[in-house]
Amino acid sequence: MRSFTVSDFLTIVTALKWTFLLVGIALACGGPLALLLALMRSGTARLPRWLATGFLELVQGMPLLGLLMFFYFGMPVFLGINVPAIVAVGIAYTVYTAAFLGEIWRGGIQAIKHTQWEAAACLGITRWQQFRYVIAPQAFRIALPATVGFLVQLIKNTSLASVVGFVELARAGQIVNAGTFRPLLVYSIVAAIYFVICFPLTTWSRTLEARFNGAR
Amino acid sequence: MPDLNFRPIWRYQDQLVEGVLTTLLLTAVATIAGLVIGIAGAVLIRSGPKPVRWLLRIYIEIIRNTPVLVQIFIIYFVLPSFGLKMTPIQAACVALSIYFGAYAIEIIRSGLDSIPKSQIEAGMCLGITRMQVLRHVILPPALRNIYPSVTSQFVLLLLGTSIASQVSADELFHVAGFIDSRTYRSFEVYTLICLIYFGLVISFKLAFAALGRLAFRWPVRR
Amino acid sequence: MALVEISDVHKSFGALEVLKGVSLDIEKGEIVTIIGKSGSGKSTLLRCINALETINQGEIRFEGQPVSTTMPNLRTMRQKVGIVFQAFNLFAHMTIERNITLAPVLTGKVAKSEARPLALDVLERVGLADKIDAYPEQLSGGQQQRAAIARCLAMAPHLMLFDEVTSALDPELVGEVLRVMEEMARQGMTMVLVTHEMNFARNVATKLIFMHQGRVWEQGNPGELFDNPQTPELKSFIGAAA
Repeated sequence: MRSFTVSDFLTIVTALKWTFLLVGIALACGGPLALLLALMRSGTARLPRWLATGFLELVQGMPLLGLLMFFYFGMPVFLGINVPAIVAVGIAYTVYTAAFLGEIWRGGIQAIKHTQWEAAACLGITRWQQFRYVIAPQAFRIALPATVGFLVQLIKNTSLASVVGFVELARAGQIVNAGTFRPLLVYSIVAAIYFVICFPLTTWSRTLEARFNGAR
Repeated sequence: MPDLNFRPIWRYQDQLVEGVLTTLLLTAVATIAGLVIGIAGAVLIRSGPKPVRWLLRIYIEIIRNTPVLVQIFIIYFVLPSFGLKMTPIQAACVALSIYFGAYAIEIIRSGLDSIPKSQIEAGMCLGITRMQVLRHVILPPALRNIYPSVTSQFVLLLLGTSIASQVSADELFHVAGFIDSRTYRSFEVYTLICLIYFGLVISFKLAFAALGRLAFRWPVRR
Repeated sequence: MALVEISDVHKSFGALEVLKGVSLDIEKGEIVTIIGKSGSGKSTLLRCINALETINQGEIRFEGQPVSTTMPNLRTMRQKVGIVFQAFNLFAHMTIERNITLAPVLTGKVAKSEARPLALDVLERVGLADKIDAYPEQLSGGQQQRAAIARCLAMAPHLMLFDEVTSALDPELVGEVLRVMEEMARQGMTMVLVTHEMNFARNVATKLIFMHQGRVWEQGNPGELFDNPQTPELKSFIGAAA
C-alpha cells in the first residue's frame, strides 16, 4: 500500500479523455442512427416501422452491461477476427444511444400535430423538406430537454465500459484504489468529477423543460 | 463463423434460476424502499421545513449526477471502514434503494404537482378532511399521471440491478460471469443472459400495460 | 339574524387590495346576484364566504358563526355551503354517481346503501338521471355543470354559491343550466351568484349587488336598479352589457 499522490489524481483526471471519447463516439455514430430509427418508427411504411420498433424494444430491454459483453465477445464471432476493445465498446454505446435517443426523438416528432405536416405538404415541398424545415425544428425544441437528460445518463453509463477493462474514469478510480486502498477518497473524487460534468447539464435540461412548459 | 454451442450452459440452469430470483429480489426491495423514500421525500420537498428541503435537493442531485456504479462502490467499499459491514447483496439493496428513491421523489412530486389547485379546492369545499381529499381526489389522477414514468423507471431499475454484479452480488449478471468462467462460452452466455433480461422486461411491460388499462379506465380530455 | 353577515371585509393579494371594505347581509331564501366588471372583486368575495380565501380585515359570519380558514368547524360549515365553479371541477376519475355521493358518504350523511338513490334523486332535479354511470368527460359542458350542481344539492346545503357558472359554456348550453338554477330558486334555496347573465339577475334574483373597485357600489331591488341606476358606473355597466 502506498499513499495517495498527485500522480494518482492525474491518473484519474486523464482517464476522463476516454470517457469523453466514448461519449463522442456514441453521439457521433448513435445520433444519426437514432434519427433514422425515429423516422422509421413515426413513418407510415409498415415494415420499417416494425423493424425500428423491434430494435428499440430489444435494446431497451437489455442491460447496458449485457450489450457491452455481447459486442465485446461477439465481434470475433461475427467477424472472425479480434478487434480492439474500443471498437466493440464503441459499437455497444452506439447501439445503446441509438435506441434511447431514437425513442426520445420519435416522441418529439409525434408530438407535432398532423396539421403541421399537412400545412407543409400544401407548400409543394418534398417529404424530406417538410420534415427538415417544418417538423424537425419544432420536434427538436420539444425533445431537447429529454435529449440533454439522456446525455447525462450516457456520461454516467460510460462508467460501465470498465467491465471489459476499458480504462475510463471509473476504471481509473478502481486502479488507483487498488494501489492506495483509500476508497473513500478515491471514489469521492471520481464521483465529484462526474458530478461537476453532469450537474450543469441536468440543470440546463430542467431549465429547458420549465421554459417549454411555460411556453405552452 | 465459429460454431456456437449453447449446450454446456444448460448444466447451470439452477444457477440461472437463482440469478433471476436474486435479480427480482433486488428489484423488488429497491422498488418498495425507493417508493417509500419517494412518497415521504415528495411530501417533505413540497411542504417540509426549509433545511429538510435543501437536504433532499442535495441528495437528489448527488444521486442523479453520479453513476450508480460509483454509488455501489462507495457503499460497499467505504461503509465498512465506518463499521458498517454488509454482504454484496445488502450493499446492492441499499445502493439501489437510495438510487431509485431519488428518481421516485422527483416523479411523485411531479404527480402531486400535476393535480390542478381547483380540484383540491373542489374537494375541500365538499367539507371532507384533508386526508380524504388526498386519498380520493388527488391520489387516483396523480397515480395515473405518473404511471408511465414509474413503470419505465422500474424497467431501468430492473436492468440496472446488473451493476450489482460489480461488487459480486449473486444476481443474474454475476451468474453469467460465473458460467462464463466455467464454460468459456462467453458469447453464448451473454447472448442468453441478454435474452433473459429482455424476457423479464417484456413480461413486466405487458403486465404494466394490462394493469394500467384495468386501473385507469376513466376517460380524460386530450 | 341574517344567514350570512359580511361586515367591512378587506382582502389583498400582495400589494393589490381587491376588497376594500365590503358589507352585506344575505337573508335566508334570498337570491342575490353580484355583477360588476372583471377585477371588481366579486369572485373573491364569493370565495371568502366559504373560506377559500383568508380575509385581512373585517368579519364574515355564517349562521352566526365567524368564518375563517382556521375556524373550528370549517368542514361542518362547508358541508352546509355548496359552491359551483366556472370550470365545473368535477372529479374526472369518478362516475357522476361517485362524484355526487363521495362527500355524503365520507361525512356520514348517508349510508352506502342509500347513496345511489340519493344520487338518482338529485340528478332527477337537474334532469340528468340517465347519466348516473357516465364519467364527466363523456358529458357536454352544460351537463357537467348540472352534475356539479347536483353534487352540491346532495349535501342539502343551506346556501349555494355560483361563481360565473355559465361563463365557460357554449352559448347554446347556457339555457339548460340557468333553467336548473331557476327551479332551485323557486324551491326556496338561498343562492348567491356571480354572473354575467343580466336576464337572470333581473328576472330571478331578489337582490342585486353592483360591485366596483372592491366596494359594493349599489345594491337593491333588481328591477329598480336596472331601470334607474343611481351611479354613472352602474349606468355604463348596464349599457355595455345590454
